[in-house]
Amino acid sequence: MGSIEVMMLSADQCRSLRCLAEMMIPASAEYGVPSAGDDAIFGDILQSVGRDAGHVIVVLQTLDAMSGCPFADLDPQRRDTIAARLRETGGEALAYLTRIILQCYYRDDRVMRSLGLEPRPPFPRGFEVEQGDWSLLDPVRARPKLYREAD
Amino acid sequence: MMGVSGLAGDPAYPPHEPMMPPLPLGKSGATLVRGLNKLGWHWWPSDSAIATVEYEGRAQCINLGHCTSGCAQGAKASTDITYWPAAIRAGVELRTRCRVREITTNEHGMASGVVYYDADGVEHFQPAEVVILACNAVGTARILLNSASARFPGGLANSSGLVGKNLMFHPYARIAGYFDEMLDGYRGPGNCIWSQEFYETDRSRGFVRGYTFEFSRGQGPVMAAVHGMQIGRLPWGAEHHCAYRKLFCHRTGMVAICEDLPEEHNTVTLDPLLKDSNGIPAPKINYTLSENSRRMLDHAVARATEILRAAGAQDVWHEAPIPEGGWHLMGTARIGTDPARSVVNEWGRSHDVKNLFIVDGSIFVTSGGVNPTRTIQALALYVADSIKQRLATLFD
Repeated sequence: MGSIEVMMLSADQCRSLRCLAEMMIPASAEYGVPSAGDDAIFGDILQSVGRDAGHVIVVLQTLDAMSGCPFADLDPQRRDTIAARLRETGGEALAYLTRIILQCYYRDDRVMRSLGLEPRPPFPRGFEVEQGDWSLLDPVRARPKLYREAD
Repeated sequence: MMGVSGLAGDPAYPPHEPMMPPLPLGKSGATLVRGLNKLGWHWWPSDSAIATVEYEGRAQCINLGHCTSGCAQGAKASTDITYWPAAIRAGVELRTRCRVREITTNEHGMASGVVYYDADGVEHFQPAEVVILACNAVGTARILLNSASARFPGGLANSSGLVGKNLMFHPYARIAGYFDEMLDGYRGPGNCIWSQEFYETDRSRGFVRGYTFEFSRGQGPVMAAVHGMQIGRLPWGAEHHCAYRKLFCHRTGMVAICEDLPEEHNTVTLDPLLKDSNGIPAPKINYTLSENSRRMLDHAVARATEILRAAGAQDVWHEAPIPEGGWHLMGTARIGTDPARSVVNEWGRSHDVKNLFIVDGSIFVTSGGVNPTRTIQALALYVADSIKQRLATLFD
């Protein structure tokens, strides 16, 4: 977590971001998955902020302004209220942050395994897709032509 | 050059033989076909510029599913691995990160070259015997309008006054169904089949011309989450995981590509104030979605919903027009035989400037209810052949 992006956020902002990520995607014992605030996933989030840092900071500043203190310091009930308000008003900046959180969460090996996916990139092995039954085209083949002749 | 996969016999097209076998139907395709066949509507495996067997040094598709963001396998026939290597081997010099300000003309009214800025902002003049524009309906119109001179006060090649007019896009509707069964999701090329059941004009529908349904397969794990949240189907909190598992690999659907029609009030002009970083006047776009296109979108959403319901979808979602796609740029330098009603002649040469050619979507006279790349390629190859065949009389 020693990236340039981490340095852009204060310690309070980091805590608030982690808190928000956990609220967005909490851990689930039922599905055997961690939360988006899990150490590895949150580290990936911080590393992945990159060019969207401005949007992320806007969201965190908005969150703290709504809270009147660092968002992470609120009690859980108050956090829920503030997070609901943020979802209503967060706009484009929240959309950028949401994408980063989701991207990092759904590429985590543990999460991918829980979805039945192999934790690997598509290339170079690719995937199998069944060719299908082309006899399903028989009723279409039996139709007269649909196109217009050129003038 | 590109290599096209597909299947012969489509009643929506004149007979032709694709070079390679079709892309796989997969679970998503088979599900959608169930609905289409119940309704008795046309469908066919898409012609696709994706190699399904090894083709001219390109490996065959292995269903990576990332066609639109770049094919690591090289199966998708993007121009960086097809036309450009061949052109460069043939001696073409490609100068990247350059920006043309204007086409210059000589005392005979012929194009004499272009003025451009390189990546460092340094101005250059490139003399030319022939100038060929391929900047699409915004860029081509912008350059022509920026090339105004005493001899061509309304912009170059613009005696008709039609440069920048008749701008067309492709209004798209996106419709998706959510199914109980597992579908392809992230596996396989995005496209698999299409339908042209509603392509030709039927005035009883309340609009002229029509659209193509291009069926898509599914979404990868991240896209399913991002899109699910964007459209309000994926909550925050404890319900997130259960909701996600109802979306991921359970969604398939289509887009409807509607045929936008030429209207002179849809324009590309030069912005009187805005300039780019090189000081070149920026294009300004005025466009109003027509009532005809609006009705077409509504029709497409209704028919697509019928398909998805007939296929067994538990729930259907749609968006029309979509904000992030269909911005194909066409129509602002139309082709035609009448110099008063067109910008280039029937083989792509400017009516006004006899060594100036256009080979992009700006020469379209209507948008067609299909994605335009194959038509742009066909026209570009046709214009190139026309130039080659007329070398002795090219400027007559």
